[in-house]
Amino acid sequence: MTTLLSAKNVSKAFGGVHALNDCSLDVAQGSITGLIGPNGSGKTTLFNVMTGYVKPDAGSVSFDGNDITGARPNKVFGLGVGRTFQLTRIFARITVLENMLVATQRDESWLRGLTRSKSSPTEVVAAMEWLDFVGLAKLAKLEAGSLSYGQSKLLELAYVLVANPDVILLDEPAGGVNLTLINIIGEKIKALNAQGKTFLIVEHNMEFVMKICDTVTVMHQGQDLVAGTPAEVRANPAVLDAYLGGGEDDDDVEELANG
Amino acid sequence: MRKLSNLWWVALVLCGLVLPLLMTNPAYRQIAVYTLIFTACATSWNMFSGYSGYVNLGAGVFYGTGAYSTGLLAEHLHMGGNGTLFWLVPLGGIAAMIIAIPVGLIALRVRRHTFVVITIAIFFVFQLTAINAGWTGGSAGLPLPFIPWQASYYQVPFYYVTLGVLIFAVLLSAGVRRSRFGLQLLAIRDDEDRALGLGVQVAAVKLTGFVMSALVIGMGGAIYAIFQGQIYPQFAFDPIFDITVALMCFFGGFGTLVGPIIGGLILESSQQYLTVTYSNGSLYLILFGVLFLLVILFMPRGIAVYAREYWTRRETKAQADQAALAVGGQS
Repeated sequence: MTTLLSAKNVSKAFGGVHALNDCSLDVAQGSITGLIGPNGSGKTTLFNVMTGYVKPDAGSVSFDGNDITGARPNKVFGLGVGRTFQLTRIFARITVLENMLVATQRDESWLRGLTRSKSSPTEVVAAMEWLDFVGLAKLAKLEAGSLSYGQSKLLELAYVLVANPDVILLDEPAGGVNLTLINIIGEKIKALNAQGKTFLIVEHNMEFVMKICDTVTVMHQGQDLVAGTPAEVRANPAVLDAYLGGGEDDDDVEELANG
Repeated sequence: MRKLSNLWWVALVLCGLVLPLLMTNPAYRQIAVYTLIFTACATSWNMFSGYSGYVNLGAGVFYGTGAYSTGLLAEHLHMGGNGTLFWLVPLGGIAAMIIAIPVGLIALRVRRHTFVVITIAIFFVFQLTAINAGWTGGSAGLPLPFIPWQASYYQVPFYYVTLGVLIFAVLLSAGVRRSRFGLQLLAIRDDEDRALGLGVQVAAVKLTGFVMSALVIGMGGAIYAIFQGQIYPQFAFDPIFDITVALMCFFGGFGTLVGPIIGGLILESSQQYLTVTYSNGSLYLILFGVLFLLVILFMPRGIAVYAREYWTRRETKAQADQAALAVGGQS
């Protein structure tokens, strides 16, 4: 399998804190790659570096053979790397459908936005299809701020998908949502993966990760510690050490050991 | 009725067209001209600040630039005191847009409160320049060509020119609202970084909106300058203008299309009227303050938003009542 998105030897420090320390990660085309690690191990920072929100101090990021190190988030998104945020971020005071429309343009020039209307019929059809896919079609006319937390998560997934990115980075898709919804999200990801979409997922819910991911990378103190299939990772003693050494994340350890 | 239907807009424009025919008192006509200038400026201000959430308290920069560029052009082109001066109005708007580019490049680097403070600071730089620079006439002011129209007629051409500018401003604002560009401004208001991550070129979109809003405000300043016949730095670059325009939008409905029109028409006309009528002992200021407080107290999101929610509630209630009636009829 070819590598679609990769980070090579990335380092990033905030003040004296080394959030990322010579960290590397490969996401193979068509895979669902999991990224786990104790809190503060640098997962989200790595996401931010890969999507252009944070410029790395050293190292490089490449997507589909192009170097995208330090590119702006809109550029990265335009190339085909979509992401969601750990704390769901939707546009609260416009409608659900308008939320979808913001993302449809992807790499359209800003000048074009001045002369064209808010939506074209094909865009609305595409947006409604994706809303239907995540089960929000009935709420399309509603102000997005009135959605529940779980619905917001689904909306965020939907509006990333409407732009048809090649790879999607999900930051804790199962965080803070109920079990039924976790399963729904898992199914959606599997279904999309079957259609050829590549995923990179940060998640603390081990059961979720072990069930849907093809490969898992474990991060610890800003470095990639182990990468392999879920079974290999689960069996690796260094992983347990990382979680125990990290200390505060006991739940994860138990889940890892049991799950 | 949740959105003003086209019929309402036509009625509003017709009212605007016939008003000077019914209102022959020059004092009232003067109030009408100022009201239209402020309403146009508020509409244009709202088109950027209301949609994007970037509260610009330096709109006086555009207004003063429009006024001064008009005055200076009239002086250097040796223009006479007649209707041809109105050709300077669009030029005043364009001058304001040109000035808005560097101002926007500086101010739009920061967000929220910092942005507000920076716009105020830049505003005072302009005011001080106008007071101290030699080519502006300094604090003695800058005279414009005197227009020898009859007192009973003088306001009428200004009224119709300003009405035209206001209609243009509303059409522009409505156009932005319907465009992809307008949607991007709203997305920036709600979550700028997220919008950036969805491919919105936020820096370019913000600057474009900022510069576009300068056009009508600069035109307003140009009309003001010609109307006054003499401009002074502290009135052309007036901090009260910055605040008034913003207050009109908050009063009528921040970020809505009709909000600034409601706010501008009510606030400016009532302020001017109260000033004329109750100028004794500054009573007008108290009345004006009370009016403002009442609206903020009972309709904190502005009249337009309040009205929309009121109608939605009524419609929902009416539907519910009808449903209940239907159920009652069956049993």
